[in-house]
Amino acid sequence: MSATPVVAERRSGPPAGSLPAGKPSRSRFRLSTSSLLYAVLVVIAVIYIGPFLISIATSFKTDADAATDPLSLIPQTWSTAAYAKLFLNSDFPTWFTNSVIVTVFVTAGRVFLNSLAGYALARLEFRGRNLVFAALIAVMAVPGVVLLIPKFLVINQLGIYDSYAGMIVPLLVDAAGVFIMKNFFESIPASVEEQARVDGAGTFRIFWSIVLPMARPALITIVILSFQGSWNELSHFIISTQSPGLTVLTKGVASLASGQLSQGTQYPLKLAAAALMTIPVAVVFFVFQKRIMNSSDGSVKE
Amino acid sequence: MTAVTTAPPTAAPVPKKKHRPRDTIAGWLFTAPMLVILGLFLVVPVGMALWVSFSDWTGRGSPFSANVAFVGMKNYQDLLGGGGLAERDFGTSLRNNAWYVVLVVPIQTIVAIVLAVLVNRQVLKGRGFFRTAFYFPSVTSSVAITVLWLFLFGATGAVNKVLGFLGIHGPSWFQDPSGVVHNILGAFGITQGPAFLTDNTVLGLPLWDWLAGPSVAMSAFIIMAVFTTSGTFMLLFIAALQNLSGEVQEAALIDGANGWQRFCYVTLPQLRPTIFTVVTLGLIGTWQVFDQIYTGTQGGPGKTTLTPAYLSYTSAFESQEWGRGAAIAFVLFVIIVFFTLLQRLVLRERPVSRRHRRIYGAPSQGAGK
Repeated sequence: MSATPVVAERRSGPPAGSLPAGKPSRSRFRLSTSSLLYAVLVVIAVIYIGPFLISIATSFKTDADAATDPLSLIPQTWSTAAYAKLFLNSDFPTWFTNSVIVTVFVTAGRVFLNSLAGYALARLEFRGRNLVFAALIAVMAVPGVVLLIPKFLVINQLGIYDSYAGMIVPLLVDAAGVFIMKNFFESIPASVEEQARVDGAGTFRIFWSIVLPMARPALITIVILSFQGSWNELSHFIISTQSPGLTVLTKGVASLASGQLSQGTQYPLKLAAAALMTIPVAVVFFVFQKRIMNSSDGSVKE
Repeated sequence: MTAVTTAPPTAAPVPKKKHRPRDTIAGWLFTAPMLVILGLFLVVPVGMALWVSFSDWTGRGSPFSANVAFVGMKNYQDLLGGGGLAERDFGTSLRNNAWYVVLVVPIQTIVAIVLAVLVNRQVLKGRGFFRTAFYFPSVTSSVAITVLWLFLFGATGAVNKVLGFLGIHGPSWFQDPSGVVHNILGAFGITQGPAFLTDNTVLGLPLWDWLAGPSVAMSAFIIMAVFTTSGTFMLLFIAALQNLSGEVQEAALIDGANGWQRFCYVTLPQLRPTIFTVVTLGLIGTWQVFDQIYTGTQGGPGKTTLTPAYLSYTSAFESQEWGRGAAIAFVLFVIIVFFTLLQRLVLRERPVSRRHRRIYGAPSQGAGK
């Protein structure tokens, strides 16, 4: 390695002795460099967090105040008019309820059905398994937006258009989630199951009372992904419902944004709606933050 | 994945996994819900839509009823060479979305790498805070972010206020249909393209307009895409960085490579698999812009934020041109598959070139494990 094109530039002082794996950091990097780094990071963090702070602040402003001073984080006069209007004079509560219903059912369904399928693909030596697996890969390759019209056609044919069934059932399984569960189950040693098999436990029994409790980390990943996915889903609900009583948050707030029930811009109202619909995903995010941040995939061992 | 042979076992004892009959029943039972749901709402729809894209179905009744006729390639011809409004709209939507892809994919990948490298320092205080801050936009819904963007990028909104402090007169973002590239050329006094660009059209759109760049309105969506996706991809890069071996870095350190060189010649090549993943995901995602357009601009101003996905939706659900809408969806599908395969070719692991092999003095097999 003597002929490297790298110009040798000997550093004063020995390099840090035992580097922690994967993170070559100098034990002492110069003060100016580090303060510059912090300055850069703080500026980026302000850019990434600022918009949300502005949105919350604006939701407490009056319409006029929001228009004249869009940047201030302190309202001139505190006003909860936007929230009052959302809760008392709009369909917002209905939207919220529908989003909760759909999200709860979809999340519960995905946790159960994804792990069932994932377990079968990982552990059961059944005839046709490779075929099922290949089909799953193929399905993952189909982009979602391409399915808008097709999904509507099928939902319509099945007679579940504009019903909770049409909103929930198509989302009950997702291929990516099956994948995550399959990878996790493959990482669990098989000896435990073998033991239970010898004791004469049935397949579902082994799955339900032995394997599933061991899969908590992966299940939590599925919960997070399903919750976020179904809470933030828009296009599926556009094509599966039309009645106002079945409108979910994303669809409702989108109609707000394009100017229904409003005279003028009504930014405080829209931003209040946007802030409120962000709260549940934000809560889930902060509760499970550690797991999200430390896992690149579902199969994290603790 | 090994294919299971159903041939009778030959003389050579091949160690093959045996199927347990009990497992076969359980296996199919366990995967049945998944197969039914994915089959009903993914596989069957694709077949149905394929039929619709070759038919003249108007949205009334069943697409399989007797009064729906097979019209062959008509819907596709209208889009790809009809010479009418359908073709021009489709060309416009492709132009808009192509610029979006060309800008968003590289920018979000680079920003994600930069954020990951910045945050991945052991000595950094408040790493958790910064990671959370950068990732947070990724968990919010596209609808909420679009509402926020409409406010921030208003003509007298927060963004233009900040630009005003810097002495820049900001544009009226979402009302401005002018192309960014045209604007830059215009600053140099070029407002009219050469004749061969203005006279030749592709998909009903003059070449000069294909080169317009994203409109100012689309640029706001491009910024939004980087804002909301860089956090997710940052996490992927952080995970990759933490799995890199320290030994290679140490070797480079001992060889006297400075930080920048270590990043360029050691870290970056090792990140190749992750970059591949991120670019693939980015390509798939950016060709499907829908939510933001539906919520924010509905294709305006001047059709400059029209995207194929949104056009497919409006063609079918609003104009009742179901065949055309389905055809747009399939063309989009082909485009996504094509680009995914193309970048597989471009970013594949190449054997080390002869010149480099001389420099390194050893035949290595590129990055990876």
